[in-house]
Amino acid sequence: MLHDLRELYQAVILDHAAHPRNQGKLATATSDQLVHNPSCGDTIHLYLQVIQGRIAAIEFTGSGCTISQASASLLTTVIKGKTMQEALTLADHFSALAMGQAAPKAGLGDAVILTQVMQFPTRIKCATISWWALKQAILTEQEEEA
Amino acid sequence: MRRSDFPELTRRIGDQPLTYLDSAATSLMPTPVLKVLQAFYATNYANVHRSVSTLGYEATNRYEEARQQVARWLHAGSDEIIFTAGCTDSLNLVAATWGRQHLHAGDEVVVSIMEHHSSLLPWQQLALQVGAKLRFIQLTPAGTLDLEQARTLFNAHTKVLVLTQVSNVLGCENPVGQLAKWAHAVGAIAVIDGAQAVPHLAVNVAALDCDFYAFSGHKLLAPTGIGVLYGKRVLLQQLPPYRYGGEMIADVSCETASWADGVQKFEAGTPNIIGAIGLAAALTYLTKIGWQRIWQHDQVLLQDLATRLAAIPGVTLYGSGPRYGVISFNLAGVHPHDLATVLDQLGVEVRAGHHCAEPLVHALGTESTVRASVFLYNDQTDCDRLISGIKTAKEFFHVT
Ligand SMILES: Cc1ncc(COP(=O)(O)O)c(C=O)c1O
Repeated sequence: MLHDLRELYQAVILDHAAHPRNQGKLATATSDQLVHNPSCGDTIHLYLQVIQGRIAAIEFTGSGCTISQASASLLTTVIKGKTMQEALTLADHFSALAMGQAAPKAGLGDAVILTQVMQFPTRIKCATISWWALKQAILTEQEEEA
Repeated sequence: MRRSDFPELTRRIGDQPLTYLDSAATSLMPTPVLKVLQAFYATNYANVHRSVSTLGYEATNRYEEARQQVARWLHAGSDEIIFTAGCTDSLNLVAATWGRQHLHAGDEVVVSIMEHHSSLLPWQQLALQVGAKLRFIQLTPAGTLDLEQARTLFNAHTKVLVLTQVSNVLGCENPVGQLAKWAHAVGAIAVIDGAQAVPHLAVNVAALDCDFYAFSGHKLLAPTGIGVLYGKRVLLQQLPPYRYGGEMIADVSCETASWADGVQKFEAGTPNIIGAIGLAAALTYLTKIGWQRIWQHDQVLLQDLATRLAAIPGVTLYGSGPRYGVISFNLAGVHPHDLATVLDQLGVEVRAGHHCAEPLVHALGTESTVRASVFLYNDQTDCDRLISGIKTAKEFFHVT
């Protein structure tokens, strides 16, 4: 009966939650985005350093459940080095998959495991919140550049 | 107790039987209440107070009988019982009418750190608007209200005491009568949030000597969308209307209007008639069983849970007994939402989060907790399934 849960809380996910990658307040950040899920108190603060349209560095701080923290950690590993456009596309793909819609999985790496969250409608936001923060941060960055 | 009266308990969550431990959010409805609702919809459905027809007359009678029943049960007069959309609506009504009239710059509101957002926010926002100040009753290390500190908060500026009778996170009962006395001694009024108290305590507003008392029907076996505000007669008479519309007027001309006497002044528009009738049916059902018996039943389950939860390594319990209806805890190494998701997969429905009481949860030194709440239809098997579910979660997340 915990089969679906095992599909979601795989070892990689538990590891990212317990040992988050790229955790910190990036001192060289060119933009940042704080998101908060008022229904559960989860918080993610994402910091990006964009150099010539590319996300050269990315870090996050935050607190919350396994899904939200692992998702932020995985996001940073996947997004580092991508162009803003690539990152936006990946963010859209991730969010679509997490809501059970069809979208390409390419480029999402282990983050794709978290799209299993679609089996748990009450937890979708936990997985998508950091990707939403990424999207907002990039849109802000692009606005400032324009 | 009477599990077979609650049809929802026979449903499953996925492939698991249901263990419902979230009655503090919304309680289940027993068949006798469902039958009353069904019969009213099928045979009496009509508007109240505005028709000379038989149907309108009957509906009005049922609605007003419900008011009288609530009044008797709370030890109040029926001209002191306002039907609202819920506890939140009741609490907003007080701030929007009495508060607007009496709270001015420099005044103070004494409020407990345990308040649900629906009790805190109407006063917090009003205070911001008029330049009044909130003064908080803090917690002792044991997780009860610090009465010594509370006592120092009352002074000539105090206008209102805002207090929950039973905390929806800690389950403790606060000494409402004592604090209301302190409020009255400085000329302030006491506004009591009874949302979590009414399902578990026999409430007597006259004995508590509170000025306003609010609760929701859906936490004691009635439908959602119906609530009650008790207000002392002398206070209600002086209050302005809450909302404007039909049924709350005495006379209306193009230029002006005058208001109905009594509680009708606060019930603009078509009220939640079916909700009031459902609430009356729920009170009938609960009264037949008896609050004392329900309380004893809940106590056995909560004490059992407290003992067994405390025995699980890594579990932190919040607050201390005696508890009414709810028990909150955390499991080290497992976030409350992750724990609640595992429990849900096992059919065990609990609540995880800040329970709309963020200041309290922060004062407890955390962001969120898991809350299990019990009511008359829970039994030992429900407790067993929660405890075994927590153990499963520990294994699942590899915490020792
Ligand atoms: C202590 C307390 N006060 C107020 C409320 C608000 O009740 P409602 O949402 O029914 O208006 C609740 C319910 O969640 C509660 O537990």
